[in-house]
Amino acid sequence: MAVPMDRRGLTREEARLHEEVGRLTEHPVYSPLRKPLVGGDKSYSDITNDIHSIHEGKAGFGWWIAFTISLILLLAGIVSGYLTVTIGIGTWGLNKTVGWAFDITNFVFWIGIGHAGTFISAILYLFNQKWRTSINRSAEAMTLFAVMCAGIFPIIHMGRPWLFYWFLPYPNTRGSLWVNFRSPLLWDFFAISTYFTISLVFWYLGLLPDLATARDRAKPGWRKTFYTVLCLGWDGSNRTWSRYETVYGILAALATPLVLSVHSIVSFDFATSLIPGWHSTIFPPYFVAGAVFSGFAMVMTLMILVRKVMRLENYITIDHFEKMCLVTLLTGSIVGLAYITELFIGFYGGNPNEIFMIINRLLGPYAWAYWIMFGCNALLPQLFWIKKIRRSIPLIFVMSIFINIGMWFERFVIIMVSLHRDYLPSSWTYYMPSYVEVGLLVGSFGLFFSAFLVFLRLFPIIAASEVKGVLNYAKHKHGA
Amino acid sequence: MRSTNTAHERFTAAYFDNEDDLVASAAEARLRGLEIYDAFTPFPVHGLDDAVGIKPSRLTWVAFCGGLLGLLTAIGLQVWTSAYAWALNIGGKPFNSVPLWVPVAFELTVLFAGLSAIGALFIISGLHPFSKRKSLEGVNDGNFVLVLKQPDGSYDSDRARSIFNENGAFRIEEGLEF
Repeated sequence: MAVPMDRRGLTREEARLHEEVGRLTEHPVYSPLRKPLVGGDKSYSDITNDIHSIHEGKAGFGWWIAFTISLILLLAGIVSGYLTVTIGIGTWGLNKTVGWAFDITNFVFWIGIGHAGTFISAILYLFNQKWRTSINRSAEAMTLFAVMCAGIFPIIHMGRPWLFYWFLPYPNTRGSLWVNFRSPLLWDFFAISTYFTISLVFWYLGLLPDLATARDRAKPGWRKTFYTVLCLGWDGSNRTWSRYETVYGILAALATPLVLSVHSIVSFDFATSLIPGWHSTIFPPYFVAGAVFSGFAMVMTLMILVRKVMRLENYITIDHFEKMCLVTLLTGSIVGLAYITELFIGFYGGNPNEIFMIINRLLGPYAWAYWIMFGCNALLPQLFWIKKIRRSIPLIFVMSIFINIGMWFERFVIIMVSLHRDYLPSSWTYYMPSYVEVGLLVGSFGLFFSAFLVFLRLFPIIAASEVKGVLNYAKHKHGA
Repeated sequence: MRSTNTAHERFTAAYFDNEDDLVASAAEARLRGLEIYDAFTPFPVHGLDDAVGIKPSRLTWVAFCGGLLGLLTAIGLQVWTSAYAWALNIGGKPFNSVPLWVPVAFELTVLFAGLSAIGALFIISGLHPFSKRKSLEGVNDGNFVLVLKQPDGSYDSDRARSIFNENGAFRIEEGLEF
């Protein structure tokens, strides 16, 4: 007896299977309306080659120059750190009125820089922003190095930095005398160490597939061993990928509130005190917006350099920069709004100490710092409304540096203006940093850039496996 | 490869150069009664979990339990140290000043949840620094590989080959051992 067949010559069972297969293999993300995220019509192997040849090849002349300069800066920091530890905090420009200045400014500045990395890797992931794949790896690395730089300042300010573990609540022979869980400085310790740990595992998890690629490509030698150990035997199994994506999602979902909490807690250092200019409820959102703002500026500075030197124009396209400019514009405007709100509430609240602080900010001895801050953070980013400026690499580069300067001054203004003229006019003072403090700031930049340059030489600086996943973002379905 | 397999098991590997062909042949192979061992890809391919027939991971529950443990640890530690073990009067605040426990409780919740999720992933997937596991050729580059089991007696080589060839496999290896 003949089996019934349809017009394609398939049996009913086969036709059902075909339908089922068609349903399972349907791919909803392809759209002819989308712009491709990767330029230059690349294949999967091209992506592997382009990205992995960067760290496999010999370091160029430019890299060595940059590395040498960074090491010299780092050396300045080491010498300053040595002087601080051996002689004492007296080497700094602090006095009875200003007990806290450059170190806390630098600390808040560096923590803020780190926020862009987590924003790109976690928040943009949750919002399914596929363009993040080209920049998330280096932005996350930047986060780690920025948090390291930040950590140095509170530790060195302790005077006896080797006792920093006293921050941990562990049973001790002093009673046990426990740490004060009511202190925002202790919250800082927990927030920053959690932030660093979660950022590190998030970054490392994302690196695993690329480390396996690096292992496969490396010739026998220390690099091969290095990648073999670090990639933990990754084999690209779908079961592992499936779990990997689950965990990646969990970490992104955890890192999102985490990144908002970290700078909120940093702002509590000020907001929970009773100093005019600090005792303010807008601090947490204002600090978080400022952190993302400064972080994106630093990402743009670094990415423009990396893209140019490593010839990654096809991966980090002008569209990426335009999107980052838009984030900068938004967060810069929030920061600007916060500045104006501070001025308004200062007068509206009617507290004479607040009013004095506001006038002192605008016109006092540190007015120059205030206006640098206001110009760089509130006014300058408004230029990003203009599309031509958002798409001009040299202009973005210059603006990103100004934004970083402005954001450093923001912290300086918040801290210094409120401290240097306190309630008792006889103790008013004008603080200037000593050369040791400047050396520490310079050294932190040295550490940041040396670490970043070493990262460029050791790890795939773009998440190759993630870029492959979005390669067909704008293409039609295969064969359709 | 996974070390749990007994030595005498044999596998068939089919290599594809794009993810759509892999997903299509995985779905077809499964529907036609062939037993899929695993698929190996350079990036997570969407739709492959359905095609291969694996269920969503339960690692979210591990993370949830880890987070809960972190929360309880933080609350317990703070209440015990600040209100019982050595209660100190700080700024006239109550010994058990609950709102002030929130930041550390939140941080430890996140820390424990994150570390337990990634720790569980490493344990379940057997990822560790001393792993001798190697990848199939080009899997971390641009190859997509579907691996079928060859159960004794019931493996239909012709059917497998025809599915793979129809879907554009550029290489088929039979009788593999992992």
